[in-house]
Amino acid sequence: MGDTRALAAVQASSLHRQRMLWALGVGLLALLWISLLLGRYPSPGLLSPERLSSDELAERLVFQLRLPRLLTALLLGMSLSAAGLVFQLLFGNPLVEPGFLGVSQGAAFGAALAIVFFSSSALIVQANAAVFALAGLGFSYLLARRLRYGGWILRLILAGIAVSALFSAGVGLLKILADPLSQLPEITFWLLGGLASLTWPKFLSILPFSLLGLALLLLYRWRLNLLALNDEIAFSLGAAPHRERALVIVAAVLPTAALTSVAGMVGWVGLIIPHLARRLFGAEARFSLPGAMLIGGWFVILCDNLARTLLNGEIPLGILTSLIGAVAFLVLFGFQGKQWQQR
Amino acid sequence: MNKPLLRFEQVSFRYDARAQAVLKEVTFSLPAHQVTVLFGPNGCGKTTLLYLTLGWLKAEQGSIWVEDRPLASLTRRERGRLMALVPQTEYVPFEYSVLEYILLGRAPHLPSLAEPGPEDVRIALEALERVGIAHLADHSIRTLSGGERQLVLIARALTQQPRLLLLDEPTAHLDLQNTYRLVEVVRELKRQGITVLMTSHDPQVVLALADQVVILRQGSVFRHGALDEVFTSEVLREVYSIPLQITLVEGKKTLQWL
Repeated sequence: MGDTRALAAVQASSLHRQRMLWALGVGLLALLWISLLLGRYPSPGLLSPERLSSDELAERLVFQLRLPRLLTALLLGMSLSAAGLVFQLLFGNPLVEPGFLGVSQGAAFGAALAIVFFSSSALIVQANAAVFALAGLGFSYLLARRLRYGGWILRLILAGIAVSALFSAGVGLLKILADPLSQLPEITFWLLGGLASLTWPKFLSILPFSLLGLALLLLYRWRLNLLALNDEIAFSLGAAPHRERALVIVAAVLPTAALTSVAGMVGWVGLIIPHLARRLFGAEARFSLPGAMLIGGWFVILCDNLARTLLNGEIPLGILTSLIGAVAFLVLFGFQGKQWQQR
Repeated sequence: MNKPLLRFEQVSFRYDARAQAVLKEVTFSLPAHQVTVLFGPNGCGKTTLLYLTLGWLKAEQGSIWVEDRPLASLTRRERGRLMALVPQTEYVPFEYSVLEYILLGRAPHLPSLAEPGPEDVRIALEALERVGIAHLADHSIRTLSGGERQLVLIARALTQQPRLLLLDEPTAHLDLQNTYRLVEVVRELKRQGITVLMTSHDPQVVLALADQVVILRQGSVFRHGALDEVFTSEVLREVYSIPLQITLVEGKKTLQWL
């Protein structure tokens, strides 16, 4: 009977996707271990585990510098990809990314403001970036409530664009005001994004926010599909679409804001990884959300490995993620356009 | 006459405090286990009435009763188990399989953070079977035709296991064959004991399906009652102000223009 055949097909596809998740997860652990040993000390390449236990400098390098940086790269990839996937689902639009509700530009403005007017103390820059990232979301939300144009989703998108434009104008203004020899380069490097200055205290300061946000999203992963439906449909299925969407947006922005505050503008991760995840796992968020988080972790760790080992000096991470992300985007959409229609 | 499942008492509604009322003192009741069609010209308030029934819109005046309870006193979950909506169209932006999509109909039966289990999958597959598209379970929704998509939306509604099914212009975008198929499906659901409230401006669909008709004109109930009593040539001529006639062709009622 058709019933049993369909059931078998469904079970097989679900099992297949679970296996892919496990493979990605186990692979990610291996990647973490290899990345920890990878670097330019004492010579470019892998550090041997024997050296790690005998050389005190190597031990400090690995555990005080590389480990917090690596864990932040992991969180960064997971958070941006998860938030990007959730935003694309909620807004029914495959071209939005996690920072678009004023969050990225807000963080940039906050960081630049701190660099120009307060001090270049890393902690103050970070705190200011985080505060303004959340303020960007708040402004977008308040503005969307006051706009008189179209539905709620469209108003939020428009408000996000407007708030981002205001903040980015503000960043431009601050660049003009900045001391061209000391402050301007600092702003520029912050905007390029990177994890070079990462330390344990910085990592620990963002850990609770990112874990809280990611845990909420993971717990909510099946209901996320409901919130992708039209308001009245979600309502007919017993959801409270406005309230639940607001909760999920905050849960997605919290880790995004926290990580942007330490890593600066790392672009394209939140845009391209969700597409890749949906390609591999389908749209159903029960699989695509954890899938996006794992692929995001892979992507940012690989990019950061390149950023710190490719040249003698550091390449800003944001440049690499944008470069590789944009190429991947073109490959996915340009050369495989036909498959988009099929399953 | 069996007990009504739903009652509207003097319900008025407007979208904007300054705008004209869309519905004016609408009163009617919905008998259980029957098909009731809300019929009338474009813009007469059919869909608004459907969304008031759903609870998505709130009546400005008057009250809506579900058996002996006010509609507003139902929790979200209770409401989701009582009635299901089949919208006119639905945009699906991403690649979902048919089964994944209709499993969302289990939401009102599951605790907040729970996910559907094997029993829910069984119920969803059964719903696909009932509308005759079990073979599409693992297809992507975006590859389906308009008629198949409409059946998917009905299957999702059935996955909710509702007592009341709300259909908004279910045949508006369908060709003749798919319209016929949909009419057959709704008839079968009625036989299985589901109460149906649907909007339609297609007289052929009304003649084929309705037990009861509520004819709306400019936001008011113009006529309300059993199909044979209400859906007459005289009434339709008055509603549309065009010459038309309901005639018997081989024992079946058909609408003709004159």
